[in-house]
Amino acid sequence: MIRSTRARKGQRGPVQGMRKDHRSVADRILRVLPYAAAALTAALIGFIICYILVMGIPHISPDLFALKYNSTNVSLMPALINTVLMVIIALLLAVPIGLGAAIFLAEYARRGSRIVGAIRIAADTLAGMPSIVYGLFGLLFFVTMLGWRLSLLAGACTLAIMILPLIISTAEEALRAVSDAWREGSFGLGAGRLRTVGVILLPSALPGIIAGVILGIGRIVGESAALIYTAGTATDLPQGLFDSTRTLSVHMYVLASEGLHLDKTYATAVVLLVLVVGINTASLLIARRIQKGLTA
Amino acid sequence: MISAPAKLATRDLDLFYGDFQALQKVNLEIPSLSVTAFIGPSGCGKTTLLKTFNRMIDLVEGCRITGEVLLDGEDIYHSMDTNFLRKRVGMVFQKPNPFPMSIFDNIAYGPRTHGVRRHSELEEIVERSLRNTALFDEVKDRLRHNALSLSGGQQQRLCIARALAVEPEILLMDEPTSALDPASTARIEELVCTLSEHYSIVIVTHNMQQAARISAQTAFFLLGEVVEYGPTTQIFSDPHDSRTLDYVAGRFG
Ligand SMILES: Nc1ncnc2c1ncn2[C@@H]1O[C@H](COP(=O)(O)OP(=O)(O)O)[C@@H](O)[C@H]1O
Ligand SMILES: [Mg+2]
Repeated sequence: MIRSTRARKGQRGPVQGMRKDHRSVADRILRVLPYAAAALTAALIGFIICYILVMGIPHISPDLFALKYNSTNVSLMPALINTVLMVIIALLLAVPIGLGAAIFLAEYARRGSRIVGAIRIAADTLAGMPSIVYGLFGLLFFVTMLGWRLSLLAGACTLAIMILPLIISTAEEALRAVSDAWREGSFGLGAGRLRTVGVILLPSALPGIIAGVILGIGRIVGESAALIYTAGTATDLPQGLFDSTRTLSVHMYVLASEGLHLDKTYATAVVLLVLVVGINTASLLIARRIQKGLTA
Repeated sequence: MISAPAKLATRDLDLFYGDFQALQKVNLEIPSLSVTAFIGPSGCGKTTLLKTFNRMIDLVEGCRITGEVLLDGEDIYHSMDTNFLRKRVGMVFQKPNPFPMSIFDNIAYGPRTHGVRRHSELEEIVERSLRNTALFDEVKDRLRHNALSLSGGQQQRLCIARALAVEPEILLMDEPTSALDPASTARIEELVCTLSEHYSIVIVTHNMQQAARISAQTAFFLLGEVVEYGPTTQIFSDPHDSRTLDYVAGRFG
């Protein structure tokens, strides 16, 4: 009763009416704002991509993909292969450790225990650290102290540490997002933790875990600062784990700072762009396929 | 009070969630091969008590128990392997929770957990469990389909079949029909009655008619205490405690 009279007053009253107009203007601005921001972002990304494509595509030539680099062909092939090697080795190190830590945090540790708190603070701190700091650490620890020199392995270990927090937090989140009803169902049938994690939880969490790994791959492919001081800038393919290598991003950084082959630098950027988009699309398709396999 | 030998019994069971006491001095004797119903208003500790019977309560952090729970006279909180206990005391939950895998794999999950590897044996178990829950004819052509494609009622019967597949002695059911339509509910009630020939069943229910229809004895709970426990007919027609009378007459929240 009281509510209905108030509502009727509200419709008629001049004060209320004014406030309503006022609100609708603010309302409209607030509604347009996100679209404007989105449009601006899209335009910016579109501009950057177009700029790189326009500057780079005309200079893509067969000798850019020659198996051996020299200063006339400025081949990116060794760097491309090195990038793939770097991604594989860094993931081989980071994913098992990160996934293990995530499983421990999400399924084994008591919530709110001191170890969990310590690990989480460490992970958050590591996640927010600029990559050059990882580079410095890798230089001091792997390269100098362990005597690995500037090498594929030193670079991969540094990158593995760099993406570890990301792998841990995304995998932990993915595990926590799995319905407790399935945990109860599994434990209720007498299954232990290991079986519950391996058979019920991991498959359900897989899309989320893969998403984290994709982000990790993106960071590895795009990284240069952490690698310059750990893997170096050698232009040849490495003969082993302890040889210096340059990834595509480092290659670009070196080319750009030398400033001798700007055209080829843009061409290299196009390839890097295609690589990143390719990786993201492929992983997205894989994740979707896995998810479909689970629910079909 | 009840003369048959107790399959499951509690002795002065107290349970605390942190500082909050959820169960107080619970003394119950649950006979074998019959249906025992737990009734009472929401939040009175029915689910909590059920979870102490298969130690699912161990998964709750900050939960403390004193007293005893005896399975065939043996204290389950004293030197008993929880995984083996949960094989003997199966559980069906309030909301159907089939795993996101095929119907076959859902039912085979328990037997595989306990070491059954031969495919022919698994097939046998799956068929028997599905027949026991009157689900076999409905799903026999799509055992490889995802279990989440089943209807709610079918999912709950699948969960019952999954629990039966490890050949438990006791089946705990926590409001198994509260998320289902009347037709599915009727099927499950029927199922509970037939299953009680081979299993000791404890069922929590919000629905007093359901307790009256399917159980042999009923326990009425209030604020973590057993107010009254006895044959279902007596609890509903001639309760000794005035609070029980108020509740079964619908004069309670
Ligand atoms: N994990 C928990 N932590 C703290 N309190 C809980 C927890 N689970 C249940 N409780 C409390 O214990 C009481 C009994 O809950 P429950 O056994 O779920 O009741 P019922 O199944 O009869 O509705 C309620 O007051 C509830 O709030
Ligand atoms: Mg409950």
